Amino acid sequence: MTAVDYVREQMILDNNLAKFKAGDTITVFYKIKEGEKERVQQFQGVVLQVKTATFTVRKISNGIGVERIFPIDSPAIESIKIDKTGKVRRARIFYQRDRIGKKARIKERRS
Amino acid sequence: MSGLIGKKIGMTSVYLEDGKNVACTIVEAGPCVVTQVKTVEKDGYAAIQLGYGDKTDKNVTNALKGHFKKAKTGAKSKLIEFGGFEADLELGTEIKLDIFEEGDWVDVAGTSIGKGFQGVVKRHGFAGVGGQTHGQHNRGRAPGSIGGASYPGRVFKGMRMAGQTGNERVTVQNLRVIKVLPEKNLLVLKGSIPGSNGSIVTIEK
Repeated sequence: MTAVDYVREQMILDNNLAKFKAGDTITVFYKIKEGEKERVQQFQGVVLQVKTATFTVRKISNGIGVERIFPIDSPAIESIKIDKTGKVRRARIFYQRDRIGKKARIKERRS
Repeated sequence: MSGLIGKKIGMTSVYLEDGKNVACTIVEAGPCVVTQVKTVEKDGYAAIQLGYGDKTDKNVTNALKGHFKKAKTGAKSKLIEFGGFEADLELGTEIKLDIFEEGDWVDVAGTSIGKGFQGVVKRHGFAGVGGQTHGQHNRGRAPGSIGGASYPGRVFKGMRMAGQTGNERVTVQNLRVIKVLPEKNLLVLKGSIPGSNGSIVTIEK
């Protein structure tokens, strides 16, 4: 193990997130600070991609597409709930950005 | 004040307690051995010479072998003097990175990455011409005027021009120690330090 890996292992806590893939619908519970107070906010949407350090979640909010990129190791992420597992053929489903309405549906993958 | 010789390992990013993600540099610091104690009476100034890194005896001159023998230590690959050590140290004392604590502010000095002979845009941050049109020919990164013609009739000393860039001693002041990992002699500093990975640096508190 290299020294850089060792430092990352010592300093970055494993936040034990549930495993998810592109196409899944998830809810991210993340802590935000408002002055002194800390509260948990939710972001529910479809996972567009999972990279080594971050993942992207997309949702339609009041008719406007909103995407948020979360760092996987961030201590601000409290937990992740998988609402639906989607059946998609690729790891990065950016085509989802061009689809609206019925076309934007993703088939559910049942195990 | 105290210090250590170390080796730059590389950079990564970690999360601080307030949740901020910061870039940090990992330095392997020490263990160092005191190889010479210089005093005002004997040498005219006070300093401590530290040795870092091992070297095989085959590659050491006899003169240096005697120097290391005095300190009762093996051959060291790097010897650097530090002025202003507060503690009275004996020859052969081993200094480890427990002299640093989390939250300390340190200065790191090393040799910056050499970039060769560079023009004024890279070397001094000149803006260049900034356009390709309006009759611009082929002087997009030229320095422009370097002074008056008949008065003063010469170029002032220190005028910023093209030349060797990098490969010089650079000190970065006031870096915060994020973490000390004594079991592997690793120090995690917030921010960047001069030099390429594997280069020798000095860390002073």
